[in-house]
Amino acid sequence: MGRLRLISRDFGNPQARKLEYYRAHGGYQAALKALDEMAPKRITEEVIKSNLRGLGGAGFPVGRKWSFVPSDTGKPIYLVVNADEGEPGTFKDRYIMEWDPHRLLEGMIICARAVGIHTAYIYIRGEYVHPERILREAIEEAYREGILGSRVLGRDFALDVHMHVGAGAYICGEETGLLESLEGKKGWPRLKPPFPAVVGAFGCPTVINNVESLTYLPHIVTHGGEWFANLGSERNGGLRLFSLSGDVKRPGVYELPMGTPLRELIYDCGGGIAGDKKLKAVIPGGSSAAVLTADEIDVPLDFDHLARIGSMLGSAGIVVMAEDVCMVEAMRVISHFYAHESCGQCTPCREGTGWVARTMDAILAGRAPRRSVEDLLQIADNMSGTSICALCDGAAMPLRSFLLKFRNEFDQRLERRLSSTDRERRLERRVSRADWEGRLERRVSRADQERRLPSRATPPPPPTAPKPQDGSDPIR
Amino acid sequence: MSFEFTRERRERLESLLKIYPTRRAALLPALHLVQEQLGYVSPEGQEHVARILGLPVIDVHEVLTFYTLYRTRPMGRRHIRLCTSISCWIRGCRGVQKYLEEKLEVASGGTTADGEYSWEAVQQCMGACELAPMMQVGDDYHGPLDRAEVDRILDGEKSQERNGRLEIAPPDRIPDGETSREEA
Ligand SMILES: Cc1cc2nc3c(=O)[nH]c(=O)nc-3n(C[C@H](O)[C@H](O)[C@H](O)COP(=O)(O)O)c2cc1C
Ligand code: SF4
Ligand code: FES
Repeated sequence: MGRLRLISRDFGNPQARKLEYYRAHGGYQAALKALDEMAPKRITEEVIKSNLRGLGGAGFPVGRKWSFVPSDTGKPIYLVVNADEGEPGTFKDRYIMEWDPHRLLEGMIICARAVGIHTAYIYIRGEYVHPERILREAIEEAYREGILGSRVLGRDFALDVHMHVGAGAYICGEETGLLESLEGKKGWPRLKPPFPAVVGAFGCPTVINNVESLTYLPHIVTHGGEWFANLGSERNGGLRLFSLSGDVKRPGVYELPMGTPLRELIYDCGGGIAGDKKLKAVIPGGSSAAVLTADEIDVPLDFDHLARIGSMLGSAGIVVMAEDVCMVEAMRVISHFYAHESCGQCTPCREGTGWVARTMDAILAGRAPRRSVEDLLQIADNMSGTSICALCDGAAMPLRSFLLKFRNEFDQRLERRLSSTDRERRLERRVSRADWEGRLERRVSRADQERRLPSRATPPPPPTAPKPQDGSDPIR
Repeated sequence: MSFEFTRERRERLESLLKIYPTRRAALLPALHLVQEQLGYVSPEGQEHVARILGLPVIDVHEVLTFYTLYRTRPMGRRHIRLCTSISCWIRGCRGVQKYLEEKLEVASGGTTADGEYSWEAVQQCMGACELAPMMQVGDDYHGPLDRAEVDRILDGEKSQERNGRLEIAPPDRIPDGETSREEA
């Protein structure tokens, strides 16, 4: 028998998107059970029992979050589905929406029933054009068949589901940034409290859950919370989807029980390191997580174990780096992402992320002072816990871990480059101002030349090597 | 150049207005509609949207410029977005980036002389790292890329298999534990 799969079983089967197929395989039975046989409170209790954690990144217990929603405000309650999936290294929600859209809808019905919700929005990132189309088709199908709308599955319960398409901003994955964006504003996260459960979309109580968190609900309702909890590890219920990418032979989405060792994911599922190189480092939870060294990969993959070793499971985007990846350059790529995506509201984040990115550039260009590592560590400290949302901490966490765990690579860069810049500096002191200006001019014109792109007349590129089979990369 | 929605798009916007409790919430979809019609969001398009939603134009402009998917000037007929985030970087997006520059003879952010393609290198992970290095051409995701693959995609000779990648992602992407152990 193969590995147990709950929500990934039908990935890759185009039939499974269709309502007919989904229903023929037991689809919407859990929603019926939730509507007919369970009081709303009981659903929430089962979900609490299941130890289902928020799978968007923060890992907050899903059932507990629902229990914070006040039901006596006289205002409508909204469900907002976070399908913004922007954490670098993460692509699992895309698979769910592409291959199993009805399971997500069924999960949404269950959540709506438990909390007393009649309007739901799915906030999907703008790049996901195909998943959006597939999801829209599924929603239309569901309306046509009376699964959504004024009488859900023919019962006395109404639920409308709408799609809202984002426009390219990582920060709109943060739940309050997402709410602002849903309301037609720029995605500036809100100061909390109040939390969205109390004041969320359009000033009303709101449940925000990740796509994957909701997709597990039908199984929990069908088999019970305890069953789900027992599939996982302590306080981390069930299974979850891991997005595996980087230098592995078989990148992709793998569904595994919480607490599976990272080694098993990389070597058994991923087939090992591309090109049979040695493993150097792994990012275990999207780029905002602290990086792990090759010695740390026996850690069980769940929220608590990763927190214990100073990292996080986050969105379970696992990025594998082989021995030949330069960690200084990798950090530069990551730092530019955060500098670009900081929304700019908080000074430590806006200035800090930019400063880090510029320092990384300087280190790689050989312009950085020797104390740069200490500077960066201090910036990381000043960025932690000082801002409105967690993007800033998410930028500081990888930075600190790269610096501390791969310090020798940073030092080597600084040493090597410094010795040459020292020499240059001594030379510079000797040249007269006139010489200096002459040099500047030459440098500018050289830069101009470099910027000019080769014309069509340049010979065609050499024939390419065959496609990477085992991941060895012909054009790196 | 004045701007007005086509009748069909105007109707779509009207039905969008019904799904939100505020008019303003329809701003992002409205701007998507402008871009769908024009290929970019012109100043006149912004004014038109502002009028319909009852917002100051500056509010519309502020939102428009916050997001990266809206284009504020005309671009190529097909727009290419090359992912340069961490997984794609590890798998060699720099090589693809150089090749795109060579092939299209224009730097990131530019449009080819014939107006067919525009392209940009983006910092955001596009959520398809299993295809790394990957890019989005128009609506479609493509990867893993190398020179030959880029040629195939851009020179129109799109192989059925690649183009339909999303549709036919092989189920064995998620192999059984047992099978993969045997192979290993
Ligand atoms: C900067 C930032 C980006 C985030 N991006 C996402 C995202 O793309 N998708 C997501 O589901 N959650 C994302 N989150 C987490 C959400 O804020 C929130 O915790 C989550 O949507 C709650 O759903 P869950 O409890 O089901 O995980 C992000 C958080 C931060 C701070
Ligand atoms: S921490 Fe950064 S991204 Fe978050 S609100 Fe502040 S400035 Fe914006
Ligand atoms: S890093 Fe390129 S798609 Fe994720």
